[in-house]
Amino acid sequence: MFKKNTLHIRARVIQTIRDFFNERGFLEIETPSLIPANAPEENIDPVSALPWQLQTSPEICMKRMLCRGYDRIFQICRCWRADERGLRHLSEFSMLEWYRSNSDYNDLMDDCIALLQKVAANCTEDHFFHQKDRKINPQDVWHKISVQEAFSRFAEADALESSQNGLFDEVLTSLVEPALANFDTPVILTDYPAKLAALSKIKQDNPDFAERFELYAGGLELANGFSELTDPVEQRRRFEEANEIRHRCGRTELPLPEPFLAELSAMPESAGIALGLDRLVMLTVGAESIDQVVAFSPESL
Amino acid sequence: MLSVADLKKGTKLILDGDPYIVTTFDFVKPGKGQALYKCKMKNMINGSTLDRTYRSGENFEPASMDERDMEYLYREGTHYTFMDQQTYDQVLMEEETVGDAKNFLLENTKVAVLLFGTKPIGVTLPNFINLRVTQTDPWVKGDTSGSDSKPATVETGYVLRVPPFIEEGEVIVIDTRNGEYSTRLKG
Repeated sequence: MFKKNTLHIRARVIQTIRDFFNERGFLEIETPSLIPANAPEENIDPVSALPWQLQTSPEICMKRMLCRGYDRIFQICRCWRADERGLRHLSEFSMLEWYRSNSDYNDLMDDCIALLQKVAANCTEDHFFHQKDRKINPQDVWHKISVQEAFSRFAEADALESSQNGLFDEVLTSLVEPALANFDTPVILTDYPAKLAALSKIKQDNPDFAERFELYAGGLELANGFSELTDPVEQRRRFEEANEIRHRCGRTELPLPEPFLAELSAMPESAGIALGLDRLVMLTVGAESIDQVVAFSPESL
Repeated sequence: MLSVADLKKGTKLILDGDPYIVTTFDFVKPGKGQALYKCKMKNMINGSTLDRTYRSGENFEPASMDERDMEYLYREGTHYTFMDQQTYDQVLMEEETVGDAKNFLLENTKVAVLLFGTKPIGVTLPNFINLRVTQTDPWVKGDTSGSDSKPATVETGYVLRVPPFIEEGEVIVIDTRNGEYSTRLKG
């Protein structure tokens, strides 16, 4: 009974998202899920569908559409990431991505605020999100904290140093994220060390950091957005670097998305973001496990 | 070998030579970051617990366990002796490892003994076991105290609550999973 009700709310969240972007002049698009190459990432393994791969995110095709002059686009689609399964992870999951030209990551933050306010207002009884007995109010003024500040405040650590000595993810998940769970509004964690932002633009006034942010609510990581890197030479260098790291760690090297690199110089200044749809539903219904918000978990198939 | 992707609640593995069982397991992965596997584990010999975080690429030696049908023979000091029903090998188990099972062990009771290599690390009893009541106060008819149970001692020395009508010398059935009275053995 609980699940039946949850899936009704899920459908309502999806409808609300579509209304939100349609009202703002975004075009809903569909791009192929089966592709020859994803953006190579150090820590994301695509699911192979030989000789191609399933998309880990629709970013490559969506960015190519920005190059072709589509200036505001969104997509709700399935993505696949190998070996990701946990309380908050499914190997096959639903993603909402949107891109806007002539914009930067600050515009995306504004989109996030308005979108979450609308979802909470439309899809919850009390207009709050819920996570682990905590109410999260998206209508209130959101907290915006830089990664550097969050590391120093919640972990007495230096974000840049942590990104260099390989401890960044451990500090983030064991000290910073639990602290973010105590905020009663969503939190925007902004300006990641440049090393951890393979497709984003570097901050002009501080090249150690990139214009990348993550959206958290109730300690749950909900979305990752950034100002897009538009330099094809630099982008190729970063892809190759990701492959070098993969090689060193004994992971397979990944093919490069050559048509994307070839068209990238035509991309206007843009910003794009990926939001985990299942997790947004988790917050809306107050579920602690991602299994509660989908019709079937992989183990039940 | 086990890889981190094989870890889940209930996985048994060897750390520093001891068998451990994973009691809670969490997969965490910041969007662009590394996969981290956070485990709480319990030492299957001494019960101590520890927290560990692993990254992908790490491997473990599985702790292979063997469950053997055995018969409980006798106790000597703090050692309990069991005999393998197939090989007739005898194994010694420390009282601390026997744990609460000692409350229900009578000589010649058939049990399952969990072995880690050749080392016994646990004993599983049948779910129900019959034991004779050696001491309990008689039930006074017309007792108005309203109590619906009374203490009784069984032949292993174990004390539990039984219904008032149980008398000394009767055999009762005990649920070994919670140590409670289940029913009276008829006849």
